[in-house]
Amino acid sequence: MATEILMPALSPTMEEGTLAKWLVKEGDTVSAGDILAEIETDKATMEFEAVDEGTVGKILVTEGSEGVKVNTPIAVLLEEGESADDIDSAKSAEPPVAADLKGEEGRTPPAPAQAAAPVSETPVEPEVPEGTEFRKQTVREALRDAMAEEMRNDDTVFLMGEEVAEYQGAYKVSQGLLDEFGGKRVIDTPITEHGFAGIGVGAAFGGLRPIVEFMTWNFAMQAIDQIINSAAKTLYMSGGQMGCPIVFRGPNGAAARVAAQHSQDYAAWYAQIPGLKVVQPYSAADAKGLMKSAIRDPNPVVFLENEILYGKSFDVPVLDDFTIPLGKAKIWREGTDVTLVSFGIGMTYALEAADKLAEDGISAEVIDLRCLRPMDTDTVVRSVMKTNRCVTIEEGWPVASIGNHISAVLMRDAFDYLDAPVLNCTGKDVPMPYAANLEKLALVTTDEVLDAVRQVTYR
Amino acid sequence: MAARKTTRKPNVSADELKQYYRDMLLIRRFEEKAGQLYGMGLIGGFCHLYIGQEAVVVGLEAAAEEGDKRITTYRDHGHMLACGMDPNGVMAELTGREGGYSRGKGGSMHMFSKEKHFYGGHGIVGANVPLGAGLAFADKYRETDRVTFTYFGDGAANQGQVYETFNMASLWDLPVIFVIENNMYAMGTAQKRSTSTPDIYTRGEAFGIPGEAVDGMDVLAVKAAGEKAVAHCRSGKGPYILEIKTYRYRGHSMSDPAKYRTREEVQKMREERDAIEHVRELLLSGGHASEDDLKAIDKEIKDVVNASAEFAKESPEPAPEELWTDVYADVAPQNA
Repeated sequence: MATEILMPALSPTMEEGTLAKWLVKEGDTVSAGDILAEIETDKATMEFEAVDEGTVGKILVTEGSEGVKVNTPIAVLLEEGESADDIDSAKSAEPPVAADLKGEEGRTPPAPAQAAAPVSETPVEPEVPEGTEFRKQTVREALRDAMAEEMRNDDTVFLMGEEVAEYQGAYKVSQGLLDEFGGKRVIDTPITEHGFAGIGVGAAFGGLRPIVEFMTWNFAMQAIDQIINSAAKTLYMSGGQMGCPIVFRGPNGAAARVAAQHSQDYAAWYAQIPGLKVVQPYSAADAKGLMKSAIRDPNPVVFLENEILYGKSFDVPVLDDFTIPLGKAKIWREGTDVTLVSFGIGMTYALEAADKLAEDGISAEVIDLRCLRPMDTDTVVRSVMKTNRCVTIEEGWPVASIGNHISAVLMRDAFDYLDAPVLNCTGKDVPMPYAANLEKLALVTTDEVLDAVRQVTYR
Repeated sequence: MAARKTTRKPNVSADELKQYYRDMLLIRRFEEKAGQLYGMGLIGGFCHLYIGQEAVVVGLEAAAEEGDKRITTYRDHGHMLACGMDPNGVMAELTGREGGYSRGKGGSMHMFSKEKHFYGGHGIVGANVPLGAGLAFADKYRETDRVTFTYFGDGAANQGQVYETFNMASLWDLPVIFVIENNMYAMGTAQKRSTSTPDIYTRGEAFGIPGEAVDGMDVLAVKAAGEKAVAHCRSGKGPYILEIKTYRYRGHSMSDPAKYRTREEVQKMREERDAIEHVRELLLSGGHASEDDLKAIDKEIKDVVNASAEFAKESPEPAPEELWTDVYADVAPQNA
């Protein structure tokens, strides 16, 4: 029977890809292991091999097609004796194209808010002058552009880390930077986080402005002594003589199906350290504006990105030099009944919950902290004085979480305004499991946010 | 230990030799005074004295040029004095006063001087080694020919990040001199009980880094080795390792129980190998200085050290507002 060749998932977070090139044509005979096509994923261009033998009966997706969803049939393979005429029957035997991505990948981030509630996609944006043009860009591209712009502006800025140069970035964030800036300024390091983080800090002491990429923040635990003891504390220990202008950046938090050692949110860890600034952006525009500010900042900045958000597109202002000051929260959506406070990927749950709550007549104000140190608690307090209720959302663990801190600040500064206890929606207090169903249970969900809101609004 | 084997004629002038004598003596008298102030409760916390190791920094500083950088661990008082930092500022930092190099906020282990290219003063064993390579990285990036002296001990030489750094320093030809001050004890653990091979300088071989052992009780031998290492680094050939065999007369810190070595061992080193005595003999036997000349130097140093102690006692404690300064370079801390 004719078999369909489906668009493969070539990385844990891949949802769609570009069919860059077919290496076979209709009528070709292939055997298992032959390379059929080149597919560009969210991380890299990869070769895709045949699993079965047969004849390529029909190519369903032409080369150059972008945004081909995982599990979409891209070609039909005929067994011996079959002809292209058999294809239609084979296709009709298959279920509809839209594959269950959750089954395939364990988790997909909630879809962006739909047109029904466009307010989620047009936040209050004080940094952008009226009349500015916007264009769609992924978080990944925005981060790359931010680094490239700052490297053009200041030749003491350089990027070092594992696979940042020739590989073009393990998550493709540094794509193209080696070509533009050369090996002196885009430097592949050995897999020695402790050592190269220390070299980066020393280079900052020596007057350069390093950007140190950790392939993920999980690996930065090997280097945490250099981040905290050397980078964060030296200005203070030197009585103000010697600062450390450096950006430590990389993906943070759970990706998908990579289990306990590769799935951890460090927001609360680094937010505790005086001397560090800590940024965790959600949107592409924020990623860009905050990254540019982080590179210019005279202090060490921990920049927590997210693998799942890398491929998500947002409107990014088209401006020559778009920066966002560190330490200012953003109100994504105004509301009157409850304040939802989140940051990073937690914002996807907060915004989705706000849309659903609107359907039930509950008006939620959604605040993206964007920076965890300094943290714009003033904006949160002002909002809660209006809404009298607050739910925090984050992917990190519940003990000593960012939500705990917000709760304490609200008790101190807005006690008389609170009509309900502040509730914290967090990841569960367990190491991240691998099994698809357990992983889903371990993460915070939109439903949990909705339940929390119903509790604090007594509905 | 046998008598000194280097009987060769020093290839330095009488003035230089006198300068080394003066510099080493300053460190020793300063450290003795620090020990005294510690006993009086004027210095608190950790205080690691450099007595016995003076020839290491004085010899290497003699090989350094303006603009060369240095970075070390927590046993750092000698390094600061040798590179020309003000004894008053160092002593006042030890007493935690406003007049200290870090305005009282760093203490014995954490002082810095941009002017003298002294980059600390670091308290985590081994952590200053990649930092030193990073300073060298900055010089190479800027295309200067300056070198960085990165000092650490025989104990730190067993830290993993040291070898991560050796690898990258060699891979990228960084102009860094790794100075292993081997004083034979990692805190209280003798080298042979902590370190699998006796010659630490050979550990660079695996990374293609040349190294050599140096008699650290002979300031001229240290200087000669330093010049060789500096020439290697400055010419763009990458890192160099100097394992300088030295000896610490005092405890690891002020609370050392002194149970891990014998009193006789320490006494023997002091009597037979003392670096300052060695230069003193060279000065006298070579007819470069008279007893009276040396007495005058002793007096001069004593005055400098006493003045630093006075300054360190008189300097006020930092103002309470200092608690909240220097956390960030640009903004006030949030939760003040």
